[in-house]
Amino acid sequence: MSTPTVDTAPLRRQRRNRIYLQIACVTISIFMLVPIYLISLAALSTRESLNEFPLSLLPTNISFDTLDAFLSSTGIFGALGNSVIVGIGTVLLSAVLGIPGGYALARFAFPGKEPYQLFLLFTRALPIVVLSVPLAKLFLTTNIYDTTYGVILLHTSLALPTTILISASVFLSVPVDVEEAARIFGCGPLGAFARVVMPMALPGLAAASIFTFVMSWNEVLGASILTLDHRTLPAQVLTSLSDSPLAYRFAGGFALVIPSIIFIAFMRRYLTNMWGSTIR
Amino acid sequence: MTVQSPPTRPAAVRSPHRPRRVPPAVWLIGPSILFMALLMGWPMVQGVLQAVQNEHGFTLDFIRQMVEDPYFWPAVRNTALLIVVMIPLQFGIAIGMALLLRSNPRLNKLHFFVWAIPLALSDLAAGLVWLSIFNDRGYLNSFLKGLGIDGVPWLAYDNQATLFFCVLIAEVWRSTSLVLVIVVAGLQGIPKDYDEAAQVFGATFWQRLRHVTLPLLKPSLQVALILRTILAFQTFAVAQALTGQNFPLVVGETYRWYTALQNPNVAAALALVILVASMLTSIFYLRALREKGQGGTR
Amino acid sequence: MTDSYFRPPPIGPSRRSMLLAGLGTALSLPFLSACSGFDTSGAAAGAGSVGFLSTQFTPVEEKQRYEAVLKKFVKVPVAYNSVANNVFASTVQSQEESGNVRLSLLGGLHGDLAPLSKSLDDVDYLLRDLAGSGFSKDILELAKVGGPTSKYVPWMQATYLVAVNKKALEWLPSGVDVNDLRYEDYLAWAKAAKKGAGRPVFGMPAGPKGLHHRFYQGFLLPSFTGGQITTFRNPDAVTAWNYMRELWDNMVPASTNYDAMQEPLARGEVLVAWDHVARLVGAPAAKPEDWLMVPAPRGPKGRGYMLIVAGLALPKGGLERERSEQVIRSLMEPPTQIETLRKNAFFPVIQTELPTDLAGAIALEAAAVRRQQRSPGALLALPPVGVGAKDGEVSQIFKNCFQEICLNGSPVQPVLDQQATQLNTILKALAVPCWAPDPVSPGTKCEVA
Repeated sequence: MSTPTVDTAPLRRQRRNRIYLQIACVTISIFMLVPIYLISLAALSTRESLNEFPLSLLPTNISFDTLDAFLSSTGIFGALGNSVIVGIGTVLLSAVLGIPGGYALARFAFPGKEPYQLFLLFTRALPIVVLSVPLAKLFLTTNIYDTTYGVILLHTSLALPTTILISASVFLSVPVDVEEAARIFGCGPLGAFARVVMPMALPGLAAASIFTFVMSWNEVLGASILTLDHRTLPAQVLTSLSDSPLAYRFAGGFALVIPSIIFIAFMRRYLTNMWGSTIR
Repeated sequence: MTVQSPPTRPAAVRSPHRPRRVPPAVWLIGPSILFMALLMGWPMVQGVLQAVQNEHGFTLDFIRQMVEDPYFWPAVRNTALLIVVMIPLQFGIAIGMALLLRSNPRLNKLHFFVWAIPLALSDLAAGLVWLSIFNDRGYLNSFLKGLGIDGVPWLAYDNQATLFFCVLIAEVWRSTSLVLVIVVAGLQGIPKDYDEAAQVFGATFWQRLRHVTLPLLKPSLQVALILRTILAFQTFAVAQALTGQNFPLVVGETYRWYTALQNPNVAAALALVILVASMLTSIFYLRALREKGQGGTR
Repeated sequence: MTDSYFRPPPIGPSRRSMLLAGLGTALSLPFLSACSGFDTSGAAAGAGSVGFLSTQFTPVEEKQRYEAVLKKFVKVPVAYNSVANNVFASTVQSQEESGNVRLSLLGGLHGDLAPLSKSLDDVDYLLRDLAGSGFSKDILELAKVGGPTSKYVPWMQATYLVAVNKKALEWLPSGVDVNDLRYEDYLAWAKAAKKGAGRPVFGMPAGPKGLHHRFYQGFLLPSFTGGQITTFRNPDAVTAWNYMRELWDNMVPASTNYDAMQEPLARGEVLVAWDHVARLVGAPAAKPEDWLMVPAPRGPKGRGYMLIVAGLALPKGGLERERSEQVIRSLMEPPTQIETLRKNAFFPVIQTELPTDLAGAIALEAAAVRRQQRSPGALLALPPVGVGAKDGEVSQIFKNCFQEICLNGSPVQPVLDQQATQLNTILKALAVPCWAPDPVSPGTKCEVA
């Protein structure tokens, strides 16, 4: 350090860059967190304090009243259970149906590849509201109306395009050589897939499952037209919230976001498990 | 010096001793096709036919009614404007965020988690939060008042510029995480060695981004673009919460015709507009970002 | 039928993959076998409960309170499900069309039920039994939704009033009785208040789900022109819309974001506003002594006001018919009707004395409603009768007028002419007679003169 002949400029530059980097990260994090902070603040405020101006930006009037009232409304826990069933069921079903499709897109050249992708996107590109009546009729005639299975099926059809396309994009980045090597060492095609390809593609699959779960968790319209007495949480509360006083809407928004955040926290480790697996 | 992503070799994985001559790809994509066709096929046909059929048969009345509605053209304009401005902005931000994460700052896992959180919020809840920020007596004006500045009527109907600006910020906040997560997942598969090799040979940051990272990310970017655009055509809850009828979007109009005006036919016509626009952009992305040197398959 | 989707695609199994597949199936078993989901509507579990689908009382608190009312006064178990009106319509329609009706009883506003009249059974026999209840003639006419038979039993009613924060009284022009406003007083007051407060303090529900079209249909135009449809573009209507434009210039511009006025009123953002009683009741809830509820203003042709009627209907092929009828009868009892008023601010449809011990906000409203209906020159306007599914499109015409005249500043007469053409296109296809306050004569077709 004391030898003046060493040029410390690159080192200083690097340190300065790290500081800029950190500042940028923190700024973005603050931008992302502020609305989340405000929704929590509003959900835990008294109804009166939401009517004041200027609004307090600090938690000065903490109250659990609105959240309590929201949580004690009829059927909220049944709906929570249904939402969990539907969310997990959708993640599983769309993985089972979607991952093979994604693998095929990445590994095989087959005629009709582009039409297949467009076919998948077709259902996602049409606003589902105009299908309300035909869809409900289909589910009523097949007798799966008002069950969680029905909602799982619908949500899977909405999630499949995401699952297939995202998994295809990550399978593409898994080198074929690796898979061939596994085959040479005696794995069957499925074995090579499960032992070699899957682990390398895990981040993408985790990303796809996050989208699927969150989509299913927040989907309102399909769930409300296909169920009556077995609703999911958003179908049960979001319609009621849109006409409720402001404090309730915040409480509902706040309560609904927590399970999704937990799911993301859980899946995140798979998403970033490869950071640093190569040279740092 | 473009680095190719690992080439796909169709012959490589074909099993030689399959008894029946059904290509494996069919087994792989078959279930999803069957599922979608069984579940959505008939409702889709019925839904789409509503747009051009009344009790007497084929008609263009509903399409004419749609086009003559005073909100139709503003809605088309706003939708196009929002997508053209938002998507590039969002992709720039998301790629920047992903690169920030990759350079391994302190607490990068925590940062990543925080940046993914907006994904968890439904668009209804997001609209609610941003309304409480931008409304006349909302958090932003409260904050400004704390600084001694007079509030600004951000959401006034006669100021299209701030309306657009507010919707844009809220949408960028809400949906950039989707792009980020796909890009991060894609980055996981790219060994840093390439980047570092390029660095050793003296490539600048921009050169490395342009010639190493982005080409390798192409499959992920393509998928993110397709999904993000399709979803952007579909969401309107934020815009509606913030602006009411003052910043109409095509999909919001679809809902208005279906729910408030109870006219499923015109709603279906509007839905068709969205369907066509989404499919055209998807085809564009699929072709424009096709992997070079891989025949016509992708 | 679901499990076939869970089978992994057959590509040549290995031991490991069989294991994985087995594990996957095991994990998904609880979701497949046991339950089709948890019950979320309370009483629905047992057979014999009445499935009651409604568009009313969707807010959390209102729903809880109404469930309590049902529990207290109705002897039959009722599963009360409140949904948005589009879900309501598509549920009823799809169940009827697929021949698999799971509902027993429907409740909704006139505008929710009218488009579904084809899927509803006639209820004339019930109305005959309930003849002693004293339904008003206008409401019974409305219940026919333009046909020869009645499609719903009136359930409850409401109207629109003006809520006034007493702070605004200091700008009330002198010599004006706040309980007997004229439209020009209302405008002068709005102007004075804007000047006095330094910002506009009058508001209106002009948001996407706001009911401002009912203001033009039932209040502004009847008061200025004496009609709603026939007088749509006559010189009086031009005066009315010119008035509206001037009034709008003195209103809170954020009004285009307001769906229900109670929130901006409670926040103090708005001090005086017209809205549906159920959408105003939250404003004075905390401090009733700070508030007034007054009748809507009167104009040259009288004090136009509109009724809101909610009805109970029986879906064709509905379950538990006998019990549903029992529910309807219980809901027509005076104690149930009064309790509904107390809890959720909807007024009785039957002839009954209102109690004197109503809670603050409701007492304010009850007095104002009485004053509005009994004041000299009161002019009843109905929401469009017999237009069925076109109700939304007819209302949209009035909203378009507001958009063009007040927001875009277009000249009044050309806008009215153009919208009148559109309105006539809709009305011609419907071929229905006019409704109050336009001259009602059966057999004629309603259209803009």
